[in-house]
Amino acid sequence: MISKAITKVFDNDIGYSFLKSKIAIISTIVFFIILFCSIFAELVAPYNPFDPMNISLMDAFTPPVWVEGGTLNFFLGTDQQGRDMLSTMIYGARISLIVGFASIIFAMILGVFLGVTSGYLGGRYEIIVMRITDVQLTIPSILMALLVDGIARGFISKSLHNEMSIYVLILAIGISEWPQFARVTRAATLVEKNKEYISASRIIGLSNLVIMFKHILPNILRPVLVIATIGLALAIITESTLSFLGVGVPPTTPSLGTLIRFGNNFLFSGEWWITFFPAIFLVVLALSINLLGDWMRDTLNPKLKTR
Amino acid sequence: MSFLEVKNLDIEYLTRKETIKASQNVSFNLDRGEILGIVGESGSGKSTVANAIINLIDKPGKIIGGSIKLDDIECSNNEKILQNIRGKKIGFIFQDPQTSLNPLFKIKDQLVETIQTHLKLNYKEAEKKSIDLLREVGIENPEKRINEYPHQFSGGMRQRVVIALAISCEPDLIIADEPTTSLDVSIQHQILKLLKNLTVKRNLAVMIITHDMGVIAETTNRVIVMRYGKIVEQGKTTEILSNPQSNECKSLVMSVPPTNKKINRFKLLNPEGGETSDTSLNLTNSIIKNWAVRELSHEKLLDFKNITKIFDEQSIIRSIKENNKLKALDNVSFEIFEGESFGLVGESGSGKSTIAKIITSLVKPTNGQVFFEDLSLHDPKNKIIKNKYRGQIQMIFQDPYSSLNPRFKVKDIIAEPIKFFQKGINQNSIKNNVNDLIDIVGMTRESLDRYPHEFSGGQRQRISIARALATRPRLLICDEPTSALDVSIQAQVLNLLKDLQDQLNLTILFISHDLPVVRQMCNRIAVLKNGQICEITETEKLFNTPTHDYTKELLNLMPKIESII
Amino acid sequence: MTNYFFKRLIQSVIVMIVVAFVSFSLFNFVGDPVHNMVGQEASTEKRAEIREKLGLNDPVYTQFIRFIGNAAKGEFGISYQLRRPVSELISERLPATLELVFISALIAIISGVVLGVYTGINREGFLSNLILIISLFGVSLPTFVIGILFIYLFSVILGILPSFGRGEVVDLGFWRTGFLTLSGIKALILPSVTLSLFQMTYIIRLVRAEMMEILQTDYIKFAHARGIEKRTINFKHALKNGLIPVITITGINIGTLIAFSIITETVFQWPGMGFLFINAVHFVDIPIMSAYLIMVAFIFVMINFLVDIAYYFIDPRIRIKEELASK
Repeated sequence: MISKAITKVFDNDIGYSFLKSKIAIISTIVFFIILFCSIFAELVAPYNPFDPMNISLMDAFTPPVWVEGGTLNFFLGTDQQGRDMLSTMIYGARISLIVGFASIIFAMILGVFLGVTSGYLGGRYEIIVMRITDVQLTIPSILMALLVDGIARGFISKSLHNEMSIYVLILAIGISEWPQFARVTRAATLVEKNKEYISASRIIGLSNLVIMFKHILPNILRPVLVIATIGLALAIITESTLSFLGVGVPPTTPSLGTLIRFGNNFLFSGEWWITFFPAIFLVVLALSINLLGDWMRDTLNPKLKTR
Repeated sequence: MSFLEVKNLDIEYLTRKETIKASQNVSFNLDRGEILGIVGESGSGKSTVANAIINLIDKPGKIIGGSIKLDDIECSNNEKILQNIRGKKIGFIFQDPQTSLNPLFKIKDQLVETIQTHLKLNYKEAEKKSIDLLREVGIENPEKRINEYPHQFSGGMRQRVVIALAISCEPDLIIADEPTTSLDVSIQHQILKLLKNLTVKRNLAVMIITHDMGVIAETTNRVIVMRYGKIVEQGKTTEILSNPQSNECKSLVMSVPPTNKKINRFKLLNPEGGETSDTSLNLTNSIIKNWAVRELSHEKLLDFKNITKIFDEQSIIRSIKENNKLKALDNVSFEIFEGESFGLVGESGSGKSTIAKIITSLVKPTNGQVFFEDLSLHDPKNKIIKNKYRGQIQMIFQDPYSSLNPRFKVKDIIAEPIKFFQKGINQNSIKNNVNDLIDIVGMTRESLDRYPHEFSGGQRQRISIARALATRPRLLICDEPTSALDVSIQAQVLNLLKDLQDQLNLTILFISHDLPVVRQMCNRIAVLKNGQICEITETEKLFNTPTHDYTKELLNLMPKIESII
Repeated sequence: MTNYFFKRLIQSVIVMIVVAFVSFSLFNFVGDPVHNMVGQEASTEKRAEIREKLGLNDPVYTQFIRFIGNAAKGEFGISYQLRRPVSELISERLPATLELVFISALIAIISGVVLGVYTGINREGFLSNLILIISLFGVSLPTFVIGILFIYLFSVILGILPSFGRGEVVDLGFWRTGFLTLSGIKALILPSVTLSLFQMTYIIRLVRAEMMEILQTDYIKFAHARGIEKRTINFKHALKNGLIPVITITGINIGTLIAFSIITETVFQWPGMGFLFINAVHFVDIPIMSAYLIMVAFIFVMINFLVDIAYYFIDPRIRIKEELASK
C-alpha cells in the first residue's frame, strides 16, 4: 500500500518534475540532513559545547584539521573559548531553524487567515486589512522586526530579557512576514470566490466558515507553500542578521548569526575559521531552502507553460 | 493552382508522457474570393492547423511532415520566408479582442507600426492609411478614435480594430481563429458581414476556424470538418450541411438545434450509425419511489415581482456619484408555473445572470420581492423558514471547469448537499442516494471515486446536475448550461435535462443567449434587454409572431442553417 | 488629475499621523522618560520638576500635538545615551546614509533591470543560467556575510579598499559629502556593492518573471502574427508593459535599501543613520528610535507618493479611469 502511495505521488506531474530536477533532489537532501542533525544535535554533534565541563580555554583558537596546528579532535577548529566549531554550528543551526520555523508558521497562520477572510467576506473589513497589509509591505521586514524587538525590549524588564528573547524574536519576525501570506492568499481567494463551485456551495446554504476553510482553503495552498518555503529562508536570514547585529537571540544560546558575530572580531587577527564556517553553513542552509522554493514556484505556477 | 495549398500536413506535440498527433494528413486548398470554414469540436486540431500556416504553433508542437504552399512558394517550417509573409501576405485574427491589443499603446501607434513594418510609407501617410482602415471596418469618427487606447473600445469595436490591423498591409489571405466566439450575437453578425464584404472588395482568401455551425452556415462557401486531427469530410457548405456523408459529420449536423421547429428530443447517432433518440436516463422503480415524485399542480411556483437591482462600487468613503452605479435590472417581473420550462433570453449584460443570483439568494434585490410559493425569499424575518426552502431551488452553471471543487471526489461533491439538508442521515442512506443520482445522470458508479479533472466538459455538467438534484429541488435554474460545450455534447445534455424534467416533474428556468436552444427547451420565453423585459410569450408565438422590435432583431440575426440546406 | 493626487496626498498624511502616534507612544509610554534622563539618584522633587518642565502632566492629546509640532521642526529631544540633541545627530549622519543608498540604488536598479530583461528574453542559454545561479546565491547570502566576505577579500587579503569609515569628506555646510575625494569614493565602493547585491538579485528575478509572463500574452502573439520584428517586440512592446511593476518595486526598493543600510553600516562602521539606530536599539535610546521611525516613515511615504504619480503618467488605463471618475 505504501508503494502504491509512493508511485501515485511520483506519477503525477509534480513528482515527475521533482525527480527530473537533480537540483531539487540534492537541495532537499541537504536540507533534511541539516534538519536531522539539528534535531538530534545531542547525538550528532561530537561535543556539547555549552556544557562548561567540556570546554577548556587551553583548546582555544585551534585551527581546522587540515591547517598546521589542527587536530582530529576538533575537526573544524575551535573558537575563542575553546568550543568545537562543528558542534557549535550544529547547535546554532538548531536555534536558527527553531526561530525560522516558528516565525514562519506564525506568519502563515495569521496571514492566511486574514487573507482568506478578507478576500471572501469583502466589505469594510477587507479594505482595512488590505490597507494595513499594503502599508506594512512597504516597510522592509528587517525594520519591522527591529521595531517590534525594540519596543518589546522597552516593555520587558532587563532580567527577563534573555528568557523572553527568543519569543520576542519569533513574534517580531512573524509580524514582519505575515503580509506576504495575506496578500497572496487574498488574491487567490478572490479568484476562487468567483468560481461556480463556490456559488453552488452558497446556494446549498453552507456557512461562510465552511466555504472558506473547507472549499477555498485547500485550493489555494499551492502558492502558500511556495511563499512559506521562500519565507523560511528569509526568516532564517533575518534572524541571523538580527543576531549578528546583537539584537537577536541571547548570547547564551547562539544561533549561526551570533557565531558569525563572535568570529568577526577575530577575522583580522588570522583566526578566520571562527567566522568562516558558520557563514558557509548559513549560506548552504539558506541556499538549499531557496532552491527548493524556486523549483516549487516554477513547477506549481500554472501561468508559465512547460517546455 | 490554388492560392493556398496544404498537403498531407502532420503536426505533433511531444509531451513527456506521449506524442499527441494534433493533425494527420490534412490536405485542402483555398482560392481568392472564397471563404473556407474549418469546423470541429474542441481538440479537433483546427486551431493548430491555422497556427501552422503562419508557423506560430505553441511549443512543444512541431510540423513534422507535409507541405504548405502560399502562391506556389513552399513555406512550411521556414521561419525566414514566413517572417516576411506574416502581416504582409497573411493576416491573422485571434479570438479574444480583449487580450489581442497591447493596452499601453494607442490604436494609432499599433496601426502605424504595423503599416510601417511592411509598407514603405512615412508617418503621415501611414497615419492617413490607418484612419481610412478604421473607417473601412466600420468605426465611426476614426480621426478622433485613433488616438484612444484599447480599453476605451467595446468588445465588438475592438475586434474591428483587430481586423483593421490584420488587413492593414494589404494581405491576400486572412485567417480568423474563432473571431466571433466571445461576442454577442448581434455584434457577431456585424463582424461576419464585415468579413464577407472585405472578401469581395479586396478579393481575399479567407479561412474561418470555428466550432459554431451557425457561423459556418452564414458565412462560408466551403467547409472542412475535422475530428481528432483528421479531416472527416470537406466540400461545399450547402452540400455538407444538407447531405453529410460521414458519421462524425452526420452527428454534428444532427446536434444543431433547429431554428424553424420544435423537436421532442435531439437525435443522436448510435455507434452503428443509425439515428436514435434513446435517452440515457435509467430510472429504476426504486429511484422513482425514493424520489417521491410529486404530482404536478400547475400552480404558480415563483413570482418575480418588480425587481430592481443596482450595483455600486465599494469604498470606505461612500461617494454618491451616479456614474459608479450599475443598474442591472429595472422593474423586472415574471411568473413561473409548476411543471413548465421557462426560458430567459438575452445578450451579455442583459441581466439574466443577475436574475438567477437573486432567485438563489446569492444577491439581494434593491427593490421588489421574490415569492416562492407565497414565501418571500428576501425577507429577513423569514430566515428559519427560508433555510428550509433553500434546497428546493437549485442551479447548474455555465462553466463545467469551475463548477466542481477540484479537490473533492465526485461522491463527496454530490453528497455534500444531502449531508447538509438531512443532518444525522446515516452513511448507508447517503451512499444509496449518491448511487441513485449518478445513475440518473447516466454515469458509471466508478466515477464516484474520481476527481473532476478526470472528466470531460459534458461529464462534468452531468455531475453538476447530479449535485443539483441531490436536494430534490422543485425549481432547477439552468444558467447557460451548455454554452461551453461542443454541439454534440450539448445535444446529449439537453436531452438529459428534458428527460429529467419529464420523469421528475421538475420546473425549469432556462437561461441562455442561444435562441434555437431556448426554442427547443422551453414552453414560455421572456426576452431581456439591458435589464428590462421586452416581451414574455409562449415559445411558438415568439418565434412565429414576435411583437417587440428587439425580439424581431434577435430572430433576424439568428443563424438559420435550414435556410441554406 | 488633481483629484487623484489629492486622494494620495490625504492617504500619505494619514499614514504619517499614525506613524507619529506610534513614535509618540514610544516616547511617552515605553519606560520612563524622566528616569532615563536623570538616572536613579535624583530626588522626587527633582523628578517632579523635570516632569513639569517636560510638560508630562498635560493631557495626552496636548502632548501629542506638541510632539508633532516639535517633529515638524526637527526637534526630537536629547539622546539618553549620547546626551546630544537628536536633531544634531541626525543631520550629521543623514548625508552618509543617503549617499550610500543612492549609489546602491543606482547599481541595483540598473544592473537588475538589464540582467532581468536579458534573462527574461533568453530563457535558455548559458549566460542566462549563469546569471540565475548567481542571483540565487545573492538571495541566500545575507548582507552581512557578503560584507564580511568583501572586507576579508579586499581589505585583509588584497588590501586595496578600506574596511571601515567614509574616508575623507568635504564639508559643504549642511552636507558632508564623500563623493569629491578619492578616499571617499574608495570607501564607498565596498559598502554600496554589498548593499546593492541583495536588491539586485531580487530585481533580476522579478523582471525576469514579468518578461516571461508578458511574452506569452495574446497581444505579443498578435504582434508576431503581424510580422513585427522580434527585437521590436521584445524591447518596445514587452518592455513597456514589463516596466510598470518595476516602478513599484523601485519605490519599495529604496525603502528596503534604507533598512538594509543598517546592516551594511554596522559591518563597515559607516557613520550613518543605521549605525546610530542600532546602537539606540541596544541601549533603548527612545528619542533616537522614535526620530528614526518618523524620518524613515517620511522617506517611505514620499517615495510611495512619487511612485503613484509616476504610475499615473505611465499607465494610460489609470489616467483614463481617473478622468472618467471625476466627470
